[in-house]
Amino acid sequence: MTDDGIGAHLLRKEDKRFLTGRGNYVHDITRPNQLYAVFARSPYAHADLLAVDISGAAEAPGVVGVFTGEDLKTDGIGGLPCGWGVNNKDGSPMKEPPHPALAIGKLRHVGDPIAMVVAETLKEARDAAELVTYDVTQLPAVTGVADAVKPGAPRLFDDVPGNLCTDWECGDKAKTDAAFATAYHIAKLDLVNNRLVGNPMEPRAALGEYDPSTGDYTLHTTSQFPHVVRLLMGLFVLNVPQHKIRVVAPDVGGGFGVKQFHYAEEALVTWAAGRLAQPVKWVSDRGEGFLSDAHARDHVTHAELALDRDGKFLGLRVSTLANMGAYLSTFGPNIPTNLYGLLLAGVYTTPAIHCAVKCIFTNTLPVDAYRGAGRPEATFVLERIVDVAAREMGIDRVEIRRRNFIPADAFPYQTPVMMAYDSGDHGATLKKALDIADWAGFAERRREAAARGKLRGIGLVTYIEACGLAPSRIAGQLGARAGLYESANIRVHPTGDITVFTGSHSHGQGHETAFAQIVSSLLGVSTEKIEIVHGDTAKIPFGLGTYGSRSASVGGSAIAKAVGKVIDKGKKIAAHMLEAAEHDIEFAAGTFKVAGTDRTKSFADVVLAAYIPHDYPLETLEPGMEENAFYDPVNFTFPGGCHVAEVEIDPETGITQLLAYTAVDDVGTVINPMIVEGQIHGGVAQGVGQALLENCVYDPQSGQLLTGSFMDYCMPRADDLPNIVVATEVTTCRTNPLGVKGCGEVGTIGSPATVINAVVDALAGYGVTHVDMPASPEKIWRIIRAAAPHAAAE
Amino acid sequence: MHSFSYFRPASITEATNLLAGGEDRKLLAGGQTLLPTLKQRLAHPTALVDLKSIPGFATIRHEADVVVIGALTRHAEVAASELVTGAIPALAKLAGGIGDVQVRNRGTLGGSIANSDPAADYPAGLLGLGATIGTDRRAIPADDFFTGLFETALQPDEIVTQVYFPIPKRAAYVKFANQASRYAIAGVFVSDGPAGIRVAVTGAGPHAFRLPDFERALERSFAPASLAPLTVSPDGLNTDLHASAEYRAHLIGVLARRAIAAAIA
Repeated sequence: MTDDGIGAHLLRKEDKRFLTGRGNYVHDITRPNQLYAVFARSPYAHADLLAVDISGAAEAPGVVGVFTGEDLKTDGIGGLPCGWGVNNKDGSPMKEPPHPALAIGKLRHVGDPIAMVVAETLKEARDAAELVTYDVTQLPAVTGVADAVKPGAPRLFDDVPGNLCTDWECGDKAKTDAAFATAYHIAKLDLVNNRLVGNPMEPRAALGEYDPSTGDYTLHTTSQFPHVVRLLMGLFVLNVPQHKIRVVAPDVGGGFGVKQFHYAEEALVTWAAGRLAQPVKWVSDRGEGFLSDAHARDHVTHAELALDRDGKFLGLRVSTLANMGAYLSTFGPNIPTNLYGLLLAGVYTTPAIHCAVKCIFTNTLPVDAYRGAGRPEATFVLERIVDVAAREMGIDRVEIRRRNFIPADAFPYQTPVMMAYDSGDHGATLKKALDIADWAGFAERRREAAARGKLRGIGLVTYIEACGLAPSRIAGQLGARAGLYESANIRVHPTGDITVFTGSHSHGQGHETAFAQIVSSLLGVSTEKIEIVHGDTAKIPFGLGTYGSRSASVGGSAIAKAVGKVIDKGKKIAAHMLEAAEHDIEFAAGTFKVAGTDRTKSFADVVLAAYIPHDYPLETLEPGMEENAFYDPVNFTFPGGCHVAEVEIDPETGITQLLAYTAVDDVGTVINPMIVEGQIHGGVAQGVGQALLENCVYDPQSGQLLTGSFMDYCMPRADDLPNIVVATEVTTCRTNPLGVKGCGEVGTIGSPATVINAVVDALAGYGVTHVDMPASPEKIWRIIRAAAPHAAAE
Repeated sequence: MHSFSYFRPASITEATNLLAGGEDRKLLAGGQTLLPTLKQRLAHPTALVDLKSIPGFATIRHEADVVVIGALTRHAEVAASELVTGAIPALAKLAGGIGDVQVRNRGTLGGSIANSDPAADYPAGLLGLGATIGTDRRAIPADDFFTGLFETALQPDEIVTQVYFPIPKRAAYVKFANQASRYAIAGVFVSDGPAGIRVAVTGAGPHAFRLPDFERALERSFAPASLAPLTVSPDGLNTDLHASAEYRAHLIGVLARRAIAAAIA
């Protein structure tokens, strides 16, 4: 048996190359005769594009090609597809206008690509891109959802009235209305979930290559799912068969969802490489990232919670306007619908829920998944209105949650919004979090802060999320245009060393370590003898990649399933070698054994026999030891937990300081505690960023992006964060073989509401019931100033 | 960035000649504003005249009752200087709070003040201490130096060589940083010294400026309470994505009181 299997604090294998600067990112890859692509992008939010003049650019030094939307049309290049079709509540399909890779006829957001300039050097390409000119008629722009649904609002697409992509609902409206009719108290809340930009550390990049002698294309791209890029790009955009395309996502420096979409640039460099028969590279810089990466969140919501006299939740109704941006990104319409409305039961027994969501087109970048994707928004709505209700009814915030928890013995639990939770113990995570955070001692800390002139607040959230996307059959019913299984291939070499080929993709998660730990535990082989290969369609089986905290629960389960096949075959071989019946062979800790005897064969001996089959049942069994598995999950997984935040507000300046953060999460089986802790740290940092610092702002008149750099868009930094205390409280997942639930997003899902609940608590003395994110200093100062006379009068 | 010629003169005279030797030439000091601007293709100078090899341009020395800091002295050098931390600790603290480590290791005193960024820290320090700016041809009092948004009293070919800081009895700088850029949304430098009692503000207006009514109030008593009845008008102050003029006006009052408290602590 090894001591580096599931549960071990194993240092990450991949960190040696990352920490020594030897990672191999797309921008590190350079080919002979490589050309550089630069995109001329729209400076207008909304305009008719009458003509594009590329003559100046085409004649500029070093320029090899300048391409526009018309060139793509001529070449039969298609638009970018959307991977989800989310129907209207009446069953009719959503509006799905074309998303051209380069604009044709109309510009719909600042940054909309107009032309691709390819030159021998990056500088020449940049210089030439400035020479692309165009005739436009500027049109009025609309960037906010509330404005975009108003009568007479600028319309992005002639055939999309009201800019309405889809008018979706979930839950039971009649039952919910009936519950409200019996309510003792109704809490109401209007809120905005602020728009974000993901900003992974490595900007996006793509390198296209073409071999004229074979007709083979190769794309290196910063992607979370290379096979899906190959499928979407080959099938819908380039019209090139799959076997003629290789997509490689090498080391990728963070994704957070931003890199799980098929983007125009990666298709266009591949296409241009074919046209020009030379490699073409494009690398975004940070500024271009703000103008070309999909954005996130951006909801306007009204919510109402009906309660009985005792504070039991009777019904919840939520209506949300969700910004889709100017075009549908790969997962766009799925995020504010399925991944939002279906999570609104939270950890509570609320019997009746109705959620109506209108997805709206605006003159902004497409909006799509970003760490948490829909679930932070759902948690924000639910956990804020629970606090509002508690305060209005005079019930303690902890107590009202306890009264409404799904009891630990009620699992599996069917919610009124489709999801069936398999497991959880929300009372246990709550108790642990309150203990660690010293909730009971807060009053004294508040008094001490008040003596220093500071407003101290504490907030909590008890949340659940659905990840491990997803059972293909259910996903199909919800509108997915793909299956959501995962694949694995286990290649045991004659020496007993193992290569694992996974359809999951690591862009910071540590799969090369965690997946090796899974195999190590199951086979009793040291992780040092196990290599994880991912990210290259020429090597790995077809897989769906990494997003939605699915790698351990779906990708890991596929690996476990393939390992199971290895063990099954090993038992057959061992039975032959040990002259026993197959059903008498047991396998444990790397050893095959005849049950009830001391006769054994090591895993290595069995593997060697498979590859040197001199004495081997060749009549009934193939030699070799390599197994494939495709694993389709039977359910989502449901991590959950309790987060507690403590803040202090300086009432003179309005600045909020986060002083303490406790996250107690049930992520199921913990494969590597160090990696889990790191994932939760990062997730919390991103959620704190949304709560206190980050905000993507468009000018409502001009449609210009006002926060287009880190000078104005505030990413959280180390000194914005306290020491984050992370603990786990495990109930194992009952629906996958590893018992894992997922840890990639929990930090981001729980933290925005936790921090804002603490901010509102700090301001409760001023009669404040809600603060929209980010809780920026001037916003808080204005709240305090507006309320000060009221507070003084009390 | 666009292409440009690069010169590295060995003397101020040579630098002046090079600057005058062609259209659209720019001086390069630490480059912490200029280089990002070039990279974003927002400026297209034909040539850069890099001052960093001119001897004696980055020294810190004590002269009678002033500290003299060479124009090419980096923020990190000012922050760490025993001379400055001993004589004018508020100035060392100001320098140590500019930008981040990388900016402080490259950015210079002369570059900062010649740029007159409305949110830069140094202008508050110069005005708040009553410093004098030495150039290749004259001495300019700080009170006359900062004239507008990115505008100074410098002639187009004039080069800042050093700054003379009178040593105050007590001084302090408190800034409220933009959370994203960490530039000052408002910063207030106060001092009590040979140049009198001074209260200087950066970040809030088109350029750094003094608050005469605050100074008069402090002349009666150099204590936070002296400022309690005073308010700042938002008229003419900056409004942007991060802070309105009204909020900045409020912050100036808060920061001034805190700076006085720090100065007398």
